[in-house]
Amino acid sequence: MEIINLEVDFLVVGGGTAGCMAAVKAKQKSPDSSILVLEKANIRRSGAIAMGMDGVNTAVIPGNSTPEQYVREITIANDGILDQSAVHKTGLLGFDVIQELEEWGVKFQKDNEGKYDLKQVHRVGKYVLPMPEGKDLKKILSRQVKRNKIKVINRVMATSVLTQNGRAIGITGLDVRSGDMYVIKSKAILLCTGACGRLGLPASGYLYGTYENPTNAGDGYSMAYQAGAKLSNIECFQINPLIKDYNGPACAYVASPFGAYTANASGNRFISCDYWSGQMMLEVWRELNSGQGPVHLKMYHLDESTISEIETILFDNERPSRERFHAGRGENYRRDGVEMNISEIGLCSGHSASGVQVDEFMRTSIPGLYAAGDMANVPHNYMIGAFVSGRVAAEHAMDYIKDIDHGDVDSDFINTERERLLAPLNNPNGIPHTQVEYKLRRFVNDYLQPPKSPKNMKIGLEKFIDYKNVLDELGARDPHELMRCIEIHFIRDCAEMAAKASLYRTESRWGLYHYRLDFPNRNDEEWMCNTIIKKSLDNNEMTIFKEDLKPYLFDVNLNEEKYDVSVA
Amino acid sequence: MALTSNRVDVPVIVDESKCLDKCKACIEVCPLDVLAKNPDTGKAYMKYDECWFCLPCEKECPVGAITVQIPFLLR
Repeated sequence: MEIINLEVDFLVVGGGTAGCMAAVKAKQKSPDSSILVLEKANIRRSGAIAMGMDGVNTAVIPGNSTPEQYVREITIANDGILDQSAVHKTGLLGFDVIQELEEWGVKFQKDNEGKYDLKQVHRVGKYVLPMPEGKDLKKILSRQVKRNKIKVINRVMATSVLTQNGRAIGITGLDVRSGDMYVIKSKAILLCTGACGRLGLPASGYLYGTYENPTNAGDGYSMAYQAGAKLSNIECFQINPLIKDYNGPACAYVASPFGAYTANASGNRFISCDYWSGQMMLEVWRELNSGQGPVHLKMYHLDESTISEIETILFDNERPSRERFHAGRGENYRRDGVEMNISEIGLCSGHSASGVQVDEFMRTSIPGLYAAGDMANVPHNYMIGAFVSGRVAAEHAMDYIKDIDHGDVDSDFINTERERLLAPLNNPNGIPHTQVEYKLRRFVNDYLQPPKSPKNMKIGLEKFIDYKNVLDELGARDPHELMRCIEIHFIRDCAEMAAKASLYRTESRWGLYHYRLDFPNRNDEEWMCNTIIKKSLDNNEMTIFKEDLKPYLFDVNLNEEKYDVSVA
Repeated sequence: MALTSNRVDVPVIVDESKCLDKCKACIEVCPLDVLAKNPDTGKAYMKYDECWFCLPCEKECPVGAITVQIPFLLR
């Protein structure tokens, strides 16, 4: 294991949606600064949108909606827990992002008059904008990175954040092919490594058959935590209504504007709104447990041309293997409903609202450390939010670094980290990562899958803490297997945080995401606040405490405006 | 530790008669980095059973040598 030392002005960890945008914006703002994108895979096809995206969920387009309306909608959908100023940024800058993407060659759907063809999927406003030709989105983004002559290092996974006197000064990384170790000093660091998509185990039992791109193992959640940053509301899980056995969504939000809808076994509607929320997931869970399951996306009542049009979008974008999944089972939307089920749990602020705590400039609680995209806690932020947060973080960081010098790397820390990375390689006959990961994630299902029970969560928490000892038994025969071993460290950290936070918030909130059987009601008096997880730097223990919400920009009366999507 | 090797039905199938010895397109784009060249044959194969069936390998292969199946457990 060679050690490769590098020094840059601004380091972007993760070359996905947020990372590519951040790198371009940093370069545009400060052309003479050295900017580096570090990517675990290859930025041409990496991150949540590796195979494109069929639409955007949070488009605030003038003439259709305002940033204020958008903030109100998300405030209600997320049961009041948010920093409105960060969500407001998505509303304010989203249209700019859409126009810039168009200049880069991304196509959004327009009507006959050339206006954006927005669809209503949310409870009130129209924020969904289809991208029927969105399959090459990631290629277009990586081309922009190249065009701006930004340095990219592919196939290197960050493993820890380096700090000095409470300031972030760099990262360590692992070349997942050569096994070399990177030590990269940077004046500011942006973590945008995506969701923790490998937390729960899919019902299929296939470790990588997850909703999220399985490269996104909670790397950033774990690295930020270990560096001493605050994470917030980790008990607000990500749970999605997916095609049963397949890892993709049924995509009611694509099909519902064409007349499709989510139905129970009798073919009847049971939810009034297909926008993904914890409340919607709770209605799905109730229906499945009421004798009215299974639930399915119903299209068989539509005419041939409509079904063909829906198929073209669903089979070409985001999850192109969907067509062969159905074909293998002899299923046809003209005759069959798309059977749906509740996904494994994950952590992802892009869909729900748990992640590294950030302010409206995407600053974490550690100076010099920024977070963006799915791992930064800006509720319901989706793809447009990832672009906006990447841009906001980069533009702020380029000001921050002006008066900053590089820090000094602690050689003891580097040696300890090197030993941690080498341990599985020095133990090639140790337990394979597949078995260690399977068992950990099965415990996540057994003890954390909602509805949540207190004793279950306590057992889970103990098991996740004890599992540190199991990680010492991991064996790797090559750098690739070592990458998977280190990812299990990330997953374990996320599991412990998920159990700790779920036990702490003694109420139910966000529908199924945090539905506690022992505290089934929302309790605004005690819990209209953030729960913060932070590592104590004195004794390395995980601490958790309440923190007040930031004052709202826009008043919302949450007692009057309840988020209810059940069909009466 | 006692270890054994299990047989696994893998999702990525390579037609060796088409696969080009000097091409690494599929290996470079795989998000999970599960593909490699067989040093004996020069042909690509699925070295690690860690597939998201996301299809960049199939789409970016210049000669159509790759077919991705849904993994058996989900099929």
